[in-house]
Amino acid sequence: MPSQNDFSFKIATVNGTGSASANTLLMQSIFRMGIPVTGKNIFPSNIQGLPTWYEIRVSKDGYNARPAEIDLVVAMNPETYSKDVATVRNGGYLLYDASWPMDAELAREGITVIGVPCGELCVNTFQRDRDRVLLRNIVYTGALAALLDIDLDVISELLREKFGKKPKVLEMNFTAIRLGYDYAKANFQCPLPFSLQRMNETNNHILMDGNTAFGLGAVYAGATVGAWYPITPSTSLMEAFTAFCKDYRTNADGTKNYIIIQAEDELSAIGMVIGANWAGARSFTCTAGPGVSLMQEFLGLAYYAEVPAVLVDVQRVGPSTGMPTRTQQADLFSCAYASHGDTKHLCLYPADPGECFEMAPISFDLAERFQTPVFVLSDLDIGMNDWMIPKLRWDDSYTPNRGKVLTAEQVAALPKWGRFQDTGGGIPSRTLPGSGGKGAFFTRGSGHNLNGAYTEDSPEYQAVMDRIAVKFETARNALPKPVISTVKNADAGIIAIGGTNGAVQEAVAHLKEQGIACDYMRIRGFPFGDEVIAFLESHERIFVVEQNRDAQLRSMLMIETNCSPDTLIPVLDYAGLPLTAKVVVDAVAGQLAGVKS
Amino acid sequence: MTSIAKPPVKHPSLQKNALGLTKRDYEGAMSTLCAGCGHDSVTAALITAFWELDVPPHRAAKMSGIGCSSKTTAYFMKQSHGFNSVHGRMPSLTSGANAANRELMYIGISGDGDSLSIGLGQLCHAIRRNVQMLYVIENNGVYGLTKGQFSASADVGSTSKRGEANQQAPIDPVLLALTLGATFVARSFSGDKTQLVPILKAGLRHNGFALIDIISPCVSFNDHEGSTKSYKFTREHEVEVAPIDFVPLRKEIASESGAAGGLTSVTMHDGSIVRFRQPNSDYNATNRSNAYTHVKGCIDKGEVATGLLYLDEGGTTEMHTMNRTVKTPLVDLPFSELCPGSKALEELMAEYR
Repeated sequence: MPSQNDFSFKIATVNGTGSASANTLLMQSIFRMGIPVTGKNIFPSNIQGLPTWYEIRVSKDGYNARPAEIDLVVAMNPETYSKDVATVRNGGYLLYDASWPMDAELAREGITVIGVPCGELCVNTFQRDRDRVLLRNIVYTGALAALLDIDLDVISELLREKFGKKPKVLEMNFTAIRLGYDYAKANFQCPLPFSLQRMNETNNHILMDGNTAFGLGAVYAGATVGAWYPITPSTSLMEAFTAFCKDYRTNADGTKNYIIIQAEDELSAIGMVIGANWAGARSFTCTAGPGVSLMQEFLGLAYYAEVPAVLVDVQRVGPSTGMPTRTQQADLFSCAYASHGDTKHLCLYPADPGECFEMAPISFDLAERFQTPVFVLSDLDIGMNDWMIPKLRWDDSYTPNRGKVLTAEQVAALPKWGRFQDTGGGIPSRTLPGSGGKGAFFTRGSGHNLNGAYTEDSPEYQAVMDRIAVKFETARNALPKPVISTVKNADAGIIAIGGTNGAVQEAVAHLKEQGIACDYMRIRGFPFGDEVIAFLESHERIFVVEQNRDAQLRSMLMIETNCSPDTLIPVLDYAGLPLTAKVVVDAVAGQLAGVKS
Repeated sequence: MTSIAKPPVKHPSLQKNALGLTKRDYEGAMSTLCAGCGHDSVTAALITAFWELDVPPHRAAKMSGIGCSSKTTAYFMKQSHGFNSVHGRMPSLTSGANAANRELMYIGISGDGDSLSIGLGQLCHAIRRNVQMLYVIENNGVYGLTKGQFSASADVGSTSKRGEANQQAPIDPVLLALTLGATFVARSFSGDKTQLVPILKAGLRHNGFALIDIISPCVSFNDHEGSTKSYKFTREHEVEVAPIDFVPLRKEIASESGAAGGLTSVTMHDGSIVRFRQPNSDYNATNRSNAYTHVKGCIDKGEVATGLLYLDEGGTTEMHTMNRTVKTPLVDLPFSELCPGSKALEELMAEYR
C-alpha cells in the first residue's frame, strides 16, 4: 500500500501541448525536497497530437524501477480516458479536467475521482489561446502540489530558475500554480493519504538521462570526431555531445577542437568513425537497432582490419521500425555477432546514466587497446529518461589507453615489424597514417597475412583469424566485471543486464521478504569473463531476466560457456516498457513455489 | 595467390625530385590487373604526379572501396598508409580520416561501379561535404571483377562483349559533380598522360573535393567494337577544352598571373598555379553553367569532353572551413586540451539538480 514518500502517479496528456515541462517540474520539485524519485516518459513516435504518459515514482527506499501499480492518475486526455481509469489501483485516485461534465468513461467503482476545471480556470484567467493551452498543465501541477503536499517554495524556485529572464511568463506560471493549488485546497481533502514529506536523500545526486551522460563522457574521454545519423532514441546523445563540445572544446578565437558530422545514413556514419579512428582520433557514433543493421558490413571490416570504433546502441523496440519510442534489450545478438563471417564484438551493458558516463572512457580505452569496435548497449529507458544518480565524478589522473600505437622511431628500432603480428595476448601493434618510416601498411578487409599483405593462402589466412581469437580471449577478462551480490544458502541465482537492474534489485528484496533468497549477478560486458562462468557453475537454478522475446542473453550464455541450458530459466519482458519488479518476483516465486514446498 | 612485391632495383641515373626521391620510391606492389588495363596507366600517372609534386609519401593516405580500380591503391606509394575498405564506402571512410587528420593528402581511387551504383549516395554527400581529397573514378563502363556486367556509366546503345546493348540511361559523374556543387571537376583519359598528370597535380592541391573522371578502358570486357568506353572510341571522340599546366608554388611564377600571353591562370589556395593553355574563347572553366552546357553538349553529340572542366578555388565550403575546425589536426591535440577535468564536472553537476 502507498504511504508517505512511497507511491506512484501517472499523468496522461496529449503530446505537443507543453505537458513535458510540467512533468519535469513535478519530478524536479520532489527531487529538490530530498525525496528519491524516478520519472518514466512513455511517449508516441509523433510530434503533436497523440497520447503520452509520464509516470512518477516516489520511493523513500530509493527504488527506481517502473511501478507495478499506479495510485493516482491525472487524466488530461479524453482519448485515453478508459485506458487511464483502468490503470488506477483499487482504492486509488483519478484527477480529471472538470471544465466539462464528467465523461461516463471515467466512472469506476472503488476509486476516488477528483475534478479540477483546469481548462476553465485558464480560460477565465489568461487571454491568449496558446497560454490557455500550455498553462493548463501548470494548473494540474498546482492541484497536485496541494494534493501531494509539494513544497510551493520549491516549485517557485524552479520556475524562477527557468523563467527568471521572462518576468511575464514567470508571473503567469505562478498564477496557474496558485489556481490549481487553491482550487484543490478549497474543494478536496488535502493532502491525500499518501503524500510527500521532506527528506535528505538527494543531496549528492543529480537527475540526468543516459544520452546526456554518455555525450558528456565522450568529451571527457577525449573523443574529437562524432559521426551520426539522427534516429530515435539516440539523437539526443549526439546533441548532448555537440552542446558539451561547444562549451568545453571551443577555443577563444572561435575555432573548434572537435568535429561532428551528420552523415547521409548510418553506413556513412560508421564509415567515418572507422576512418577517424584509423587516422588516430577517438571517434564514435550513436544509433539504434535499424542503424546497427545498416552498419553490419563496415563493422565486420573494423573487426577484421582491426580498427577501433565506439558505437552506442540506444536500443528501441524491434524488429524493423518496431516501436521507436519504446524500450527493449533485443539487439544483443545483432551487436555481439554483427556482420558476416566469424565475428564477435566487445559489448558493454550500462545499467543507468551514471554507468553511461563511466563506460564512455572505458569503451574508447577498450576499442584502442584491442583495436576493434566496442558496442555500448544502452536503451531508450536509460537514454531518454531522467534518472536519479549519484553526482558524476572525474578522476584527473586518468590518461587514455591508446593501445599499442608505434611511432616511426619505435618501428625503426624493431628488427622487423608486421601489422598483424601478435605482440602479446593476441594484440598486434599499429601505426597511424602520416607517421612515416617503415610503419606504413595497407589496411584491407580482404584476406591478409600477419604482415598485412594480401593473401589467398589458407594457413596465412587462418593464422590471422586464430590470432584475433586469442585477442578476444584476452579481452574477455579486461571488460568491466559483473556486479554480484550473494546471500547465504541462496535458493536461486538471477542474471540480468543493463537498465533492468533497479527492477531486479527491488525484486530480490521483495523475494527475500517472501523467504526466497537469491544471488544476483549483473553482467556488464561481453564476451563473458571468468566471474560470469563461476557464477553459472555455482548455481543450479538461474533466472535470466531480459527484455526481449527470444532470450538472447540466455542463448549467448549457452553459446559462449559450457553451462547447461537446463539451469537457465528465462524471464522475458518485451512489450516495450521499462521492467517492473513484479514481473521478476512473480516469475521467480511462481517457479520456486513447487520446488521449495 | 599473394601480393607480389616489386624488386627494389634502383638505377643510379634515375632523376630525383626535391626530396631526393626517384619515381621508384613512389611505386607500390606489382599490379595484378590485366595486361593493358587503363587503370595501370592511371597508377603510372599518379606516381608521376606525386613525384613531381614532391609529396613525402608518408604524408599521403590512399583510400579505396572494392573493384579493379580500388585494388590499384596497392600499386603505388608503398610508403603511404592505405585503406582498401568495403564496396562503395570509401567516401565516408575518407571523410572520417580527414576529419581526424586534416594535414594528410587524401587520394581516393574508385570505379564506376563503386562510385555510381553501390556508392552513389556516399559520393554525392562527400561532394556536398566538400572533403578535401582527390577523388579518382577509373571509369570503364563495366564490372570487371565479376566479368562483364554493364555499370551505371555505360552509354545507351553501348554493347557488351556478349553483344547485348545497354538500354538504361547512364549516370555521368562529371554532370553529377557539377550539379552537386563540386569545386573541382575534370575528365581525362587513361591513354592521355600529358593531359592527365597536370590535372591530377592540380586536383591534389585543390582546397576541397576534386573529382576526376578518367575513362580507363577494360581490355578484357569492354574494349571491343560497339563499346563507348574503349581505347578506340575514346581516342576518336575526345574533345579537350584546354590543356593545363600545373605550376607548383616553389617555381618562379611572377610572370604567370592574369591572362597574359594568351594564358588564363588560376591561383590555388597554397599559391601554386593552374595555367590553361590555348584557351578556347567560348570556354570558361570558372563558370559552372558554361561547364555544364559544354559537357552536356558533347554528350549529346556523342563526344567525350575532357580537361579541367570546372574550378572554383576561392570557395569557403571545405569541410573544416565550414566547421571552423582548429588548424592543428585533431589527432595531434593533447588530451589535456580535450578533457575539461574534475572541477568543471563538479560545477556542471549543479545544473542537473
